Amino acid sequence: MSRLDVKKTYKLYVGGAFPRSESGRTFVVEDAKGRFLANASLASRKDARDAVKAARSAFGGWSSRTAYNRGQVVYRIAEVLEGRREQFEAELRATEGITAAKARTYVDASVDRLVWYAGWADKLAQVVGGANPVAGPYFNHSTPEPTGVVAVVAPRGPLLGLVSVVAPVITTGNTCVVIASEEHPLTAITLAEVMATSDVPGGVVNVLTGKRAEIAPWLASHADVNALDLTGVDDPELATSVEQAAAGTLKRVRRPAEEDLLAPPPLDRMTDFLETKTVWHPMGI
Amino acid sequence: MTITPSTATALSDAVASDSALRGFLHGLPGVDQVGAEQRAAALGTRSIKTTAKAWALDLAVSMVDLTTLEGNDTPGKVRTLAAKAMRPDPTDPGCPATAAVCVYGDLVGVAKETLGTSGVKVASVATAFPAGRVPLEVKLADVRDAVAAGADEIDMVIDRGAFLAGRYLEVYEEIVATKAACGQGDRRAHLKVILETGELQTYDNVRRASWLGMLAGGDFIKTSTGKVQPAATMPVTLVMLEAVRDFRETTGTQIGVKPAGGIRTAKDAIKYLVMVNEVAGEDWLHPDWFRFGASTLLNDLLMQRQKLATGHYSGPDYVTLD
Repeated sequence: MSRLDVKKTYKLYVGGAFPRSESGRTFVVEDAKGRFLANASLASRKDARDAVKAARSAFGGWSSRTAYNRGQVVYRIAEVLEGRREQFEAELRATEGITAAKARTYVDASVDRLVWYAGWADKLAQVVGGANPVAGPYFNHSTPEPTGVVAVVAPRGPLLGLVSVVAPVITTGNTCVVIASEEHPLTAITLAEVMATSDVPGGVVNVLTGKRAEIAPWLASHADVNALDLTGVDDPELATSVEQAAAGTLKRVRRPAEEDLLAPPPLDRMTDFLETKTVWHPMGI
Repeated sequence: MTITPSTATALSDAVASDSALRGFLHGLPGVDQVGAEQRAAALGTRSIKTTAKAWALDLAVSMVDLTTLEGNDTPGKVRTLAAKAMRPDPTDPGCPATAAVCVYGDLVGVAKETLGTSGVKVASVATAFPAGRVPLEVKLADVRDAVAAGADEIDMVIDRGAFLAGRYLEVYEEIVATKAACGQGDRRAHLKVILETGELQTYDNVRRASWLGMLAGGDFIKTSTGKVQPAATMPVTLVMLEAVRDFRETTGTQIGVKPAGGIRTAKDAIKYLVMVNEVAGEDWLHPDWFRFGASTLLNDLLMQRQKLATGHYSGPDYVTLD
């Protein structure tokens, strides 16, 4: 007897759960040859607001964990991703129409990228912070602290693109709301399943699928978002208007030039979303 | 129902003895639980937008009894709370003040001093809030103290133990005595009767307790202390709104309703306002007749107001910490 296909419902990932869009809307995702692949949720501004709320409530717990523990959690994402590599390779081939070898390269690079950031978690403070020589009887030192809730527009690449923008943000203790690649949203939701099952607390990463031009402006003007990563905004007009909206609440904005995601990432992917805290301690008499 | 001498007599007869009161309260029609829950849920689906939303938000702000009822309340905390009650949003002079601040009896003086002539009332919980398990004399002394310190409103708890045991007349007489302790004439403090619906088990009991509170002379009936879960819920408030509506039809006296505890978002507050309008009527859409007992609700209302004013989402950094 033939068996019915079990089709997957692609939903959003907000606060550790997988809700449908509050608007009830969906959009059609096609594969590389223009054939129907699946329906994805079309997130609205209210989904973005809910996601920011989830990210804000997760921030306290996540940012106060030890850097070592955060590193372990990020490493755990890599482990679980590695265990599901066949699924990701198959999805990448279907959505992007790339060869098996190319798909393997992307999954390899994504796992390696997570491991690389996991290693950075408890080392970044030594590199960008430290003791400052001051002209007085003070022990003066600076430490990096997470900025808060970071809204991220993920680049086009379905898996490596998402990992490249999310891992650096959460490794340092921020929480994030990610607008997944508009062209390839499905892999982002599958990656969300990986994060939901790898000790990442709910709300630390929130994934929205939909139109970046619709959601990004709301995140940019949202007063409870502290920073903005515009890596995935390739329309310069949208980028400028979003940057202007972000200025209203003095957000940190990262608008990088085109980068090769397979190359080793620059350190400023992490440092752009950090604040420096400097402490003066009197010493001796 | 029109007010006739016979209905008035019927009600005064109802409180003549314990058995008459039991007969009256148990003679009230039962609450259709499924119906009440569905009606409350249905009223929660109304969409209130733009100018109607702005109006509802302002009304909700003006209905808030800004509350702090913790063991660690300090005079400083009450002063900041009172300041917030007078000017909830310092960035917007158009923002209305809240209706009252609600504190424990020993902090009434502090609140009163800070609020001065601003028009914001001071409500004090009394009668051994929240459990109410002390002798009547102690409860009345508690009320007299709060009134003497300048409380404009007294939030009393009913004796749920007596109510659930069926000693209705005892509960009734306690409310009457508390009302007497609230003072006389213009100086009389308004009495809010807390039913603590979370402990009353059934909607039928909520209806009976509502009528009991109103018969005994309460100016307001209030759902909960906020110390028991569940606190205010939509169906419970619906039953109480029906009771005040029926009470006014029967006696001509309008009684207020105050849901307290568990209302944290502007969306919830607007749902309650829709219900007030649909169940009790427009007359109740005023801070004199409907209140929210809340603390975190106010910040969410303010953030929603800011969102309407600026067009972008606001955040907790733009309102005061509680």
